[in-house]
Amino acid sequence: MENNVVLTMRGITMTFPGVRALDNVDFTLRKGEIHALMGENGAGKSTLIKCLTGINAFEAGEIHVEGIQGPVVNHSTLDAQKKGISTVYQEVNLCPNLSVAENLFIGREPKTKFGTIDWKAMVKRSKEIMAGLDMNIDVTQNLEEYSLALQQMIAIARAVDMDCKVLILDEPTSSLDDNEVEKLFGLMRSLRDKGVGIIFVTHFLEQVYAVCDRITVLRNGQLVGEYPIAELPRVKLVAAMMGKDFDDLASIKSDESPVFSDEDLLIDAKGMSHRGTIKPFDLEIHKGEVVGLTGLLGSGRSELARVIYGADKNQTGTLKVKGKEVKINNPIDAMNLGMGLLPDDRKAEGIIADLSVRENIILALQAKRGIFSLLSMKEQNALADKFIDMLQIKTASRETLIRQLSGGNQQKVILGRWLATNPEFLILDEPTRGIDIGTKTEIQKLVLQLAKEGKGVIFISSEIEEMLRTCSKMAVLRDGAKVGEITENLTQETVMKAIAGGDQNE
Amino acid sequence: MNKMKKITSMPLFLPIFCMLLVMAANIVYDISCGNFALNFFSISVRNGVLYGRLIDILNRGSEIAILAIGMTLVVSASAGTDISVGSVMALSASMCCMILAGYGNASVNELANPLLLGVLGGILIGCVCGAFNGFLVAYLSVQPMVATLILFSAARAIGLLLCNNLIVYVRVDSFKMFGGYLGFLPTPIVIAAVCIVIAMIVLKKTALGLYVQSVGINKKASRIAGLNSARFIFLCYVVCGLCAGIAGIVGASRISSADSNNIGLNYELDAILSVALGGNSLGGGKFRLAGSIIGAYTIQAITTTLYALGVSSDVAPVYKAIIVIIIVTVQAPPFKAYLARRSAKKALAKGGAAA
Repeated sequence: MENNVVLTMRGITMTFPGVRALDNVDFTLRKGEIHALMGENGAGKSTLIKCLTGINAFEAGEIHVEGIQGPVVNHSTLDAQKKGISTVYQEVNLCPNLSVAENLFIGREPKTKFGTIDWKAMVKRSKEIMAGLDMNIDVTQNLEEYSLALQQMIAIARAVDMDCKVLILDEPTSSLDDNEVEKLFGLMRSLRDKGVGIIFVTHFLEQVYAVCDRITVLRNGQLVGEYPIAELPRVKLVAAMMGKDFDDLASIKSDESPVFSDEDLLIDAKGMSHRGTIKPFDLEIHKGEVVGLTGLLGSGRSELARVIYGADKNQTGTLKVKGKEVKINNPIDAMNLGMGLLPDDRKAEGIIADLSVRENIILALQAKRGIFSLLSMKEQNALADKFIDMLQIKTASRETLIRQLSGGNQQKVILGRWLATNPEFLILDEPTRGIDIGTKTEIQKLVLQLAKEGKGVIFISSEIEEMLRTCSKMAVLRDGAKVGEITENLTQETVMKAIAGGDQNE
Repeated sequence: MNKMKKITSMPLFLPIFCMLLVMAANIVYDISCGNFALNFFSISVRNGVLYGRLIDILNRGSEIAILAIGMTLVVSASAGTDISVGSVMALSASMCCMILAGYGNASVNELANPLLLGVLGGILIGCVCGAFNGFLVAYLSVQPMVATLILFSAARAIGLLLCNNLIVYVRVDSFKMFGGYLGFLPTPIVIAAVCIVIAMIVLKKTALGLYVQSVGINKKASRIAGLNSARFIFLCYVVCGLCAGIAGIVGASRISSADSNNIGLNYELDAILSVALGGNSLGGGKFRLAGSIIGAYTIQAITTTLYALGVSSDVAPVYKAIIVIIIVTVQAPPFKAYLARRSAKKALAKGGAAA
């Protein structure tokens, strides 16, 4: 083993039913480096991480950790933690019904003399940890009281606090806003300087170039190569990930902005609100229009969409759909009016983990048809095959359980679920989160295609660039209220200014 | 090797395997007694009705099988169990007998009310109990164990109240029929079979199965996808109550009385165990009804076998517990994972040797 190497993985091989997830993959992590692990959906990044942390049992290969004699095989994450390997996953894996302090110390609670949990010390230490990360929050509150972004930061705080040699960050930034990302990067750099090896898995290319020292690229479960960051410019990285030359995300939107008449008005919200999440707002959406909701995380952009869809109940104001006033009590009412919602929290509100890809795809359509008109197996299979093909979902078969798919492919299945209902109005909340570049473009194209077919779309994304490419109008949200709309001169600059609260909007 | 794998990975392999194991134990015992006629499988006709140990298992297992239908749905939808079904059986029996005998009468030889009224009354009170449980769980988010604990302790007492603190005997042939014989077959077998067939058809022809599983796995996501989660959880408890009601009437008819303290005693545990033995996770979500049904008859087979082996009914639970431990261990995921790891290692070693 080289002197400054903390972790080597050699020849790691692992198969899922019907899919070779990893094929003879090597990986080396040195002390004090931030090492990006890159690849498209299903390339095997998460699987490799899970082999390292003991969640998946690999079939062949060896793992060596600095300071430990002989090959290491972890049987659980606890096992891995004891050996100095800590992880923060793509989706927050903490207990929402426990307090922040309990989450930080779960499994390693400070004990009193009598062997009971020392709550005082736990709360005090928790406060210190959070303060060290510039987060002054009430650590005795339940985790679920905090936003997804904060929960993620807490998960990172937990991992950081456990004296680790190897810190794995699996898509940690996908639910953070720019400010929080910067904070996290600061933290990562200071950890690096302390000699921690950090494995950073992400889909954001900019972030890789912002913090990483080295890149390892995987494709279809195989190692493509390991490169120092300076030797692998962006375009080459994308090419390595996709296995082909790639012209950077080209402009796919036509330049002429469409004109909408009042007759085409699809959604007309007046003064709708939900206490505690979104203040009264007005919003108009026409047939064939893509409306972007933009704002910082927690600004109310998801919440606005949820009120229209009836996922959160509208408490004031009115909603007109195609000119007719309607009352929506439950999502099913909205669905019967031709709506669909792709929620941002895929794990909690999107996938039905233990059902197959087929069942997940037909679910919404079946719910709409009602309990007594079950889709025949033939129809179900046809629908599943259609969307697996159309969205290029990587799955062993349509009967594979959705939880065995990679995050991006799960997202595509949920997207397929809504397309199957043939909605007239679709709300897409972070549809491209955790999805690779190639598919991102496909989804953006799909959104524009839907608009062309005369459907209305609400598009929510943390990436402004992506919204600029697809939206013809943007609504800006700040602190739980809609503060303005931008219809003309949509550029990164105008949108950023509006979000930050400049002079020209309102 | 491959063929073997195919068979073992079939969804109902384990429940069926366990059932066969119990049967094999019977055969070995019969042979070791020098009885090659195989007592266990012999079915004979005496007095114009079927006799035999198999028939006995099917007959006595009827109530558990009926309860297992409802319990499977409840477990799947709410990730909890309905522990009140045994007590609700007793209540249903009391209600039925009270109607048939007339309030306050302890023993009758003639029906006070039409038979159908009594049966419907029993079934209805079962549904009401189910609706009560379902309301608490689905709409008030009370934990299933706690919610059903209420009727677990109260239902028998309510049954006694209905019967004016008496054990009501209904000595009428038409009522005894439910626990007796229909032609040459024991009636409980027929009733259980009808219930099972109806449940299977409903699951096959409607989207109920998909809805219930979806709600059981992820309530929030199911709601976003247009399912009224609370309504389906409620419905599952009502069905469970309905099943308890039917089972209660069968139980009462067997002894032609409403013995509120003994009818359905500890049946809730057997019903829950059936679901688990059927390879269904008690954590909710995916379920296989056929597994639960096989599980129910397996439990009865174990009980009947133990009695046939001459184990006294006081000690039988010990042996039953041992058998259940073995069956549950074989089905446990860590054990399966251990077997999978072992076979993978073996395959790898073989591959290495070949190379």
